[in-house]
Order: sequence, then structure tokens, then C-alpha cells
Amino acid sequence: MNAIEIKGLCKSYPDFTLSDINLTLPQGAIMGLVGENGAGKSTTLRLIMNAIARDAGSVSVLGVDNQAPSFAALRQDIGVVLDEAYFPEVLTAADVGRVMAGTYRNWSTEQYQSCLSRFSLPEKKAFKDFSRGMKMKLAIAVALSHSPRLLILDEATSGLDPMMRDEILDIFNDFTREETHSILLSSHIVSDLEKICDYIAFIHRGKLLLCEEKDRLLEEYGVVHVRRGDYEALPEDAVIGRRETPYGAEALVRRDGVSSAFGVERTTLEDIILFMAKGER
Amino acid sequence: MDIIISNASGRPIYEQIYAQIKNAVVSGELSAGDALPSIRALAKDLRISVITTKRAYDELERDGYINTVAGKGCYVAPKDLSLVRESQLVEIEQCMRRILELAGPLGLGRAELAEMFENLCS
Repeated sequence: MNAIEIKGLCKSYPDFTLSDINLTLPQGAIMGLVGENGAGKSTTLRLIMNAIARDAGSVSVLGVDNQAPSFAALRQDIGVVLDEAYFPEVLTAADVGRVMAGTYRNWSTEQYQSCLSRFSLPEKKAFKDFSRGMKMKLAIAVALSHSPRLLILDEATSGLDPMMRDEILDIFNDFTREETHSILLSSHIVSDLEKICDYIAFIHRGKLLLCEEKDRLLEEYGVVHVRRGDYEALPEDAVIGRRETPYGAEALVRRDGVSSAFGVERTTLEDIILFMAKGER
Repeated sequence: MDIIISNASGRPIYEQIYAQIKNAVVSGELSAGDALPSIRALAKDLRISVITTKRAYDELERDGYINTVAGKGCYVAPKDLSLVRESQLVEIEQCMRRILELAGPLGLGRAELAEMFENLCS
């Protein structure tokens, strides 16, 4: 079964259009959604949760159409963390735990307690005194504590220090040890996604430019460094994007289209995305 | 068993896993019937993609180094010496092809290559 299946998804606003998004997240996998600010990542996530209504297309989550009546019950199985976490200001982490215990059928107080201590979150401090990182960690603790099968996270690691980001990634990694558990997370910290994702989807100006297995991407593409005069020798259809300096040129290429004599080097996800985004302009 | 993944080597990750498990099987470090870590456990422990790990296991199974028992896991296949030999022969052949590829543009003929090889052997 697929955790998320999106076909032909469209949504128009007066100043922004998300058009024809098709993506599939198989169960047990982690997919990273990348894109610049305003590319449509959050819109896509909100459309998946049916928090905003779509104009066209279909979205099915854990096998259920997200506009079907039965989707309401399914929300219990989905842990959502949005880029800004809000809880009532006067509540403490312990209060939030009590409220959630009354909200979620499968709430695990034990799991919540272990998250709080793992994240070193104070139980008695009011939410208004939390730092951005602490707010985010609290939201993640809540999302993990109602036994979800799917996590949807919007910029969950931004605003956290590298150590904490790494720890959160470890938690996500552990979460998917269970093969029925899946994660869709958006981020513009590409290195984080490169660390844990199985699939990468790249949204640019409301369009999905890419949705592929991460390791295949890294195998398929490479970077070549050539003298500016030699640039023309590269087969045009193999070149995805280029960057020129007064001293030479650098190009992102499809490995299978370029002779190994060019010395194709390993690239990073970040470079693939940057070159592709520039190529679109 | 140690499995070391190097990002700098430029070698696809599934190939690195494939080669290291294969070597462990061929060298006898792993014996027939030994259980291998599950795909998911290995992927999560190495912090690499599940799909990539599956690809490595699929190829190991296709090439006869491991067996998958549905619902139970993956095990080292009984060692078939002719199979091991066959795979080594294929590898030697690939290396030789590579030599020919490199020799072509330099205009090195058979005789010269043979001489180089003779020198190496002696």
C-alpha cells in the first residue's frame, strides 16, 4: 500500500498556482519535499491533510481518499507538525500531555514522557517561555506520542541547532524501522534530507520538477569541471545546468550521456537541486 | 561483519553493500545458513535508504549468494564453488575489457599488452 498517493493535484490562488502534482510515497519510506520559499511545499502538505480544498486531482492517504468521510477517523493515525507550532501560551508540556491524552485514542503517556526527557523539555515551563527549538520539539513529541503510522512535517528541523537536528533525524530514522511507518517532510535544509530520505521530491514555482529515489539521483547525475572552451564538447542533452566563472565552467550532467573521459565527479543533492532550479529560469 | 559505506568513493552505495557482503560470503567470514540483518534493520543502522539496501540484497540473491525466506529473513546461501569461480572469472573479464578500453586510444597493440603483462607476472 502507498502511504500517500497524489494524482494531478491542482490549486490556484490569485497570485500562486500549484499545478499537476503527481507523487507517491510507498509505505515504510521517507520522502523529502524540497523547494525554495513559496514554491508550494506547505500548500502541498495542507492539501494532503485536506486543510485546504483542492481544485482538481486526487489525494489518498493510507489508502483513504482525503475527502471521504472516513478520513476524519484516519487523522488519529497521522502525526502532523507544521512549521510554526502553537499551543495555548499558558500551558506547560505536562498540561499539553493531559489535553492530548483526551484528544487521541492511542495516546501513549509513556512515549510522551520519554520524548520529553529525550528532547530535554521542561515539564513545568509555560509554552510562552519556550524557544523556537523547544516549541518545535514539543510539537514533534506530541506527533510521535499518538502512535501514528504517517508523519507529515513542515520544516520541522529548521530553527534547530545541528546537534538537535541530527537527533531528530535519528528519531525519524528509528520511527521507520517499522515497515508500516512512513514520513513526508519538507525542508529547505537539503543536507538533512540527503541524510535520511529514501525519495526526494522537488517543487519549484508550483510545479513538481522531480520525484525520484535519492540514491538513484546521486548515481544518475554528476558534475564535470571543464575549461570554458571545452564546454561545447559536452553533449547538449546531457547537460542539466551550468555555472561559469572567469576560469572555467562547471556543469551538472547525466552520467550516461557523457563520456567518462570528462572525469564526472560525484555530486550532492544540493547541487542537483540548485542546477535544476536555475535551468528552469 | 563490518560494512563500511564511503560517500567519497563515488561508488554507488548498493554496490558497496553488495561487494562487502559478497566478500564476506566468498571469504568464508559468513557461512551458509548464517542469518543476515533484515533489509530494514541494516538500512536504519547504516542510516541509508531502505530501497538501496533492498537493491543490494536483490542482487545478492539474484547472484546466488543469499536466499530469502519469505516472512523469516535473509540467509547466506550454501556456497557453490563453481558459482564463486564463475563470478571471479566475470570480474577478471571485466578488468580485461577495461584494459582494452584504456589501450585503444593509446594505440597499444596486442603484442605490447602481452609484453606488459609478461613483465608484471615475472
